[in-house]
Amino acid sequence: MDGGLLLLLFLVIAAVGIAVLSPLRNPPADFDEETHGDRLADLELRKETKYSEIRDAETDLHAGKLSVEDHRELDRALRTEAIAILEQIDRLHGRPPDQDGRENGRPG
Amino acid sequence: MDPHRKRSIRLAIALGVAVVLAGALIYTSFSAATEAQQPSQLLASGKQGKSYELTGTVAAGSVRHQGDVLLFRVRDRTGSASVPVRYTGEIPDPFREGREVIVKGALSNGQFVAERDSLVTKCPSKFKKKNSQ
Amino acid sequence: MTTFGRGLLIVALLTALYAAFAALRGARGGGREWVVSSRRAIYALAAVLTAAVIVLESAFVRSDFSFGLVADNSSTTTPTFYKLTAMWSSQSGSLLLWVWVLSLFSAGVLFATKRRLREIVPWATAVLAGLATFFCALLVFKVSPFTSIANPPTEGAGLNPLLRHPSMMFHPPMLYSGYVGFAIPFAFAIGALAVRRVDAEWIRATRRFSLIAWTFLSIGILLGARWSYSELGWGGYWGWDPVENASLMPWLVGTAFLHSMIVQEKRDMLKVWNVSLIAGTFTLALLGTFLVRSGILDSIHAFGASTVGGWFLGLIAVVVAGTAALIVSRLPHLRSERRIDSLLSREAFFLLNNLVLVGLCFVVFWGTFFPLISEAVTGHKASVGPPWFDRYTVPLAVALVLLSGIGPLLAWRRVTLAQVRRLFAVPAAIALVTLAGLALFTDASSSPASLVLFTFGAFTIASVAGEFWRGIRARRLVSSEGPGTALLSVVRRNRRRYGGYIVHAGIAVVLIGVAASSAFNHQVDVRLVPGQSADVGGYHVRYLRPTSSVSNEKLAFGAVLDVRKDGKRVALLRPSRSYFPSLDMRMGPIGRFFGGESTSEVGLKAGLRRDIWTAMQPDLSALQPGIRAGNKQLANAGPKAQAFAIAFLATSYQQKSPAATFRLIVNPMVTWIWLGGIIGLGGALVALWPSALASRRRITSLYAARLGRELSRARA
Repeated sequence: MDGGLLLLLFLVIAAVGIAVLSPLRNPPADFDEETHGDRLADLELRKETKYSEIRDAETDLHAGKLSVEDHRELDRALRTEAIAILEQIDRLHGRPPDQDGRENGRPG
Repeated sequence: MDPHRKRSIRLAIALGVAVVLAGALIYTSFSAATEAQQPSQLLASGKQGKSYELTGTVAAGSVRHQGDVLLFRVRDRTGSASVPVRYTGEIPDPFREGREVIVKGALSNGQFVAERDSLVTKCPSKFKKKNSQ
Repeated sequence: MTTFGRGLLIVALLTALYAAFAALRGARGGGREWVVSSRRAIYALAAVLTAAVIVLESAFVRSDFSFGLVADNSSTTTPTFYKLTAMWSSQSGSLLLWVWVLSLFSAGVLFATKRRLREIVPWATAVLAGLATFFCALLVFKVSPFTSIANPPTEGAGLNPLLRHPSMMFHPPMLYSGYVGFAIPFAFAIGALAVRRVDAEWIRATRRFSLIAWTFLSIGILLGARWSYSELGWGGYWGWDPVENASLMPWLVGTAFLHSMIVQEKRDMLKVWNVSLIAGTFTLALLGTFLVRSGILDSIHAFGASTVGGWFLGLIAVVVAGTAALIVSRLPHLRSERRIDSLLSREAFFLLNNLVLVGLCFVVFWGTFFPLISEAVTGHKASVGPPWFDRYTVPLAVALVLLSGIGPLLAWRRVTLAQVRRLFAVPAAIALVTLAGLALFTDASSSPASLVLFTFGAFTIASVAGEFWRGIRARRLVSSEGPGTALLSVVRRNRRRYGGYIVHAGIAVVLIGVAASSAFNHQVDVRLVPGQSADVGGYHVRYLRPTSSVSNEKLAFGAVLDVRKDGKRVALLRPSRSYFPSLDMRMGPIGRFFGGESTSEVGLKAGLRRDIWTAMQPDLSALQPGIRAGNKQLANAGPKAQAFAIAFLATSYQQKSPAATFRLIVNPMVTWIWLGGIIGLGGALVALWPSALASRRRITSLYAARLGRELSRARA
């Protein structure tokens, strides 16, 4: 291997080493913020999933797969779970949970 | 019937069906299978008329075409014992001297008469050792 | 350059090793910085391996024969496309492909989960890094793709002509992407088990990867079948050969996993099934990779006496034992409080679906490994053939088609009989009409299994169509869209569901094609001289005239066949046999043409109702005297004289018109297999397509407002 390639290999090793070891030298300081952001993202994802489940149940009702009573029971359970998630999101945002659950600034 | 008992019965039925089916499968596989033999094994202990799968290498210089019939000899992968084979049917593309083959048939008067279309030739090894050039 | 490549691989190995170490450190409470460092290490691994692949591919493109791999698998005359794809026609190149794809997928999933699943991700990273370490170690210590030749030859060995087909070139990377793709959900399952967070989070995070992996695997299997049908001289697309089975088994269990994970997401059930299924899928994927290069089973593909077989077996053993131990120790967490309420519910049918697919996998597994099993039990190696496989897979496949039609019609928890009557009525009616029609107007009843499969297939397609129709109708009740727009909105709001339905329809079409072409094909092998003809499946085939052609690569002898039905010409087929000269001069300058590789060019007229397929084997015995004479006279002649002799040989073949053996097959509905595959692929793409963010946000805000209102009402 000629000198040029050898140098290139050393550069690759150096780049990998820097990329990989720099978090250890400078640990990401904003820990709490990251944790906060992560938990928010987690909750948002669970909220979206819960909404799609509510939609699914509605589709099943329209398609005639669920009887009206079954759908009502399922819908109530799902919405309760969704509300619980919304409460957790509100708490993370620092809002007291017994506001009228405003999102996007729309009046309740 | 309380739900727990119903579930146990369902589980028992399901397991029972699975066991019976698996048993049938396993049993028939032994009777439906064809034994694999190398030429040396076939020469030593092969029964006339019994169906075998002959595996080995196509011996150099042994391939002859007689109209629709293909005649060649299969020898042990490592060794010199060989068996003459009489084959009719589709000849796979990779078929050549020195290639490994699997052919199904039966011994009849010292010749291995192959079932039609039963010749399988192994693709030339992608992972072989280097060719001498 | 090869040393540079080897250096890159060593860097990759060390990086993977570090990634595993750092991830474990972070997982066991070492601090966030170790987790971040391990993630960076995986990114770096992907970058370094990409560089290694670029080095290797550039060597192929430049025809740099100082690279052993290039000299063995390529030549200056190989077209550029095949030069690029020749990398994975070798053991070490394909292992490099495997670990490269693994590094790319790992980097992708770690990027996507940067802010989520904080407890699971470090363990998953460790598993993925561990796998990468294994493969890199193999590449560094056992089979290096960067072997060098001291005195590079001026010309390479070239690519095996059998592999010179686009399908064969995409088949390995598709399969490997499928195998490797399943490593991602597997790693996350292990992580979830390790930290005892076995709810559906790990499934949701890796769902896209599971579906992508399944799609690649399906494409790979279909490409292999297509290649076999259109390139090889036997006219079939599936032979239950061990390597075919090796790719089918992970597909079967992977399909079960794809369905079973939906149950865990919606109903928090079948957790033990899910971790077992993904472990099984990945283990079978490793097994599939191992089988092709181990030589333990006699098959078309088994490249014997490989050096890495034993190591793979070790990895598989570790994966199986480790996962089993982990599952058993976490069993209390995996038990669900929920139970299946009714046998007539989606959950129950998904469970049944699991059982059928696992059962199919068991059959294929048993038959594939039977030589080893029988040797252990009886002392003799024995093998089972296609008839045995067919006997047990056909009923299960038929059941599968029926299940894929019933499943979409059911709801979660329980479906009442009244609903069953309403939803099943139309598809069942269509199925019965199909049954009656086929039984009365065709000879389909000569194969009862096929008749049943056609009936169930009709049921499935009708049930899928019904689902779409009901969805469109419900949508148009609330909006005033036309049917086309309604269809688009419906699908867009629920891509997974409707994409899945399309895949079911695709599978039904594939299996209908398989049944029709297996049970109702007509095949003859005939020996014809020009002017003679033969009849097959209602068609009259006449051998018009022989053809021949010479190029600097090969010599080809062919035929022109006229195919007629009821006197009208249907097709003109041109099968041929190509002979690639061997480099071995011992066979004589002329004889070496017939001692090298030979391939069939298939004559194919495809159609929606049937394919007409033919391959030929010319009778060379008439040419033998000429070949022998040519060998003797031209032993010391120059290349020009030899070329002239070859051209003369080609012309004399046309003039002498010797007999040729033709295999003629009329194959009903084979094209449905490829069509069904395309339909299924379309469905998978629909399911995979990311939902438009805008519509999601709009719907979210609507629901949020509504929920907010109810919240305030509840609090008042």
